[in-house]
Amino acid sequence: MASSEDVHPTKYEEQHVHEVYQQIASHFSSTRYKPWPIVESFLQSLPPGSIGLDIGCGNGKYFTVNRDIFIIGSDRSTNLVKIAATHEPHVAVVADNLALPHQAGRFEFAISIAVVHHLSTLERRRAAVSCILECLSQGGKALIYVWALEQKGSRRGWDEGHEQDVMVPWVMKTGKNNPHPDGTTEKTFQRYYHLYRSGELEEDIRFMGGEVMEAGYEKDNWWVICKRKAKGDASGG
Amino acid sequence: MKLLTLNFLTCAVKTCKSSSASFPLHPKNCELVSDTLAPNPKLLANILPRLDWAALSTIALELNLPTLPENAPSPESLAENEQLTKDLHSLLLETQISEGALVCANCGHEYAIKEGIANFLLPNHLV
Repeated sequence: MASSEDVHPTKYEEQHVHEVYQQIASHFSSTRYKPWPIVESFLQSLPPGSIGLDIGCGNGKYFTVNRDIFIIGSDRSTNLVKIAATHEPHVAVVADNLALPHQAGRFEFAISIAVVHHLSTLERRRAAVSCILECLSQGGKALIYVWALEQKGSRRGWDEGHEQDVMVPWVMKTGKNNPHPDGTTEKTFQRYYHLYRSGELEEDIRFMGGEVMEAGYEKDNWWVICKRKAKGDASGG
Repeated sequence: MKLLTLNFLTCAVKTCKSSSASFPLHPKNCELVSDTLAPNPKLLANILPRLDWAALSTIALELNLPTLPENAPSPESLAENEQLTKDLHSLLLETQISEGALVCANCGHEYAIKEGIANFLLPNHLV
């Protein structure tokens, strides 16, 4: 459990995820522009006309990768969705990833990059995985990326054995000419993350009835490509 | 929000998902605007067979837009018909709802669209 106080997960996430992203939106967006290689190749390999979702699309960073597909992005932050919606030809709506406004079984692909790790309980992270899988058509595939616990090479230096529920600071500078009322020129926001152990995301996917197709590690993240289990497939997966 | 999006949106309330009445959502008091977008014939031709054409026709009717062909045009017929290609590009990708609401015919919940952004966050009692 992320929080030691008795705070409901949705309230905890409201404070430590959603309000933060709303406030840092344009600063955050300016630092998020280079697509990660595996996400880029996943999107570029899709046949023209493919229609899918970007669940937790943020500023629409991945909308620029392939103009021959159609992506419906969604994010919890209105401020980030407004930025995402400028990337033609794709669209973005404000929605919660545990209550998506999409038809089940309709989409050939979905991506959810650095999103599910913001959910503060195992139950909610698994529910998010389930919601992603539910949107996929029978042959559809989803690419999910989450922050890895094992990232001793990164500047944060977390590794096996470290606590998995962490708060990560985001420092927003206002500039010397534009100080806050108290004279400071920067503000620090704390964002909640659950750091995934090696294999943990695959476990969650299988637990929710998905099938793991490929998995790996890129830029301090674990990633998995998964699909819905075929109907009538009784194998353990 | 582009009209094309309506082909992929349902009510966000879990219990509505199993009802066919939750799709498509019905536009209410919608203001439409048109943006110019460079055409992408490859995208359009490949998207058409993937659409729920009946749902698209319903929306066109509800918004008093020109009647669509009965079925989605094939890539071949699109290639031969420049006007049809332009019209579909304009309808699906250039026509946007800037303000209004989308209504679920199953539960009656209304989702607001403001400045072109649709908001599907549910109040606590509906989650």
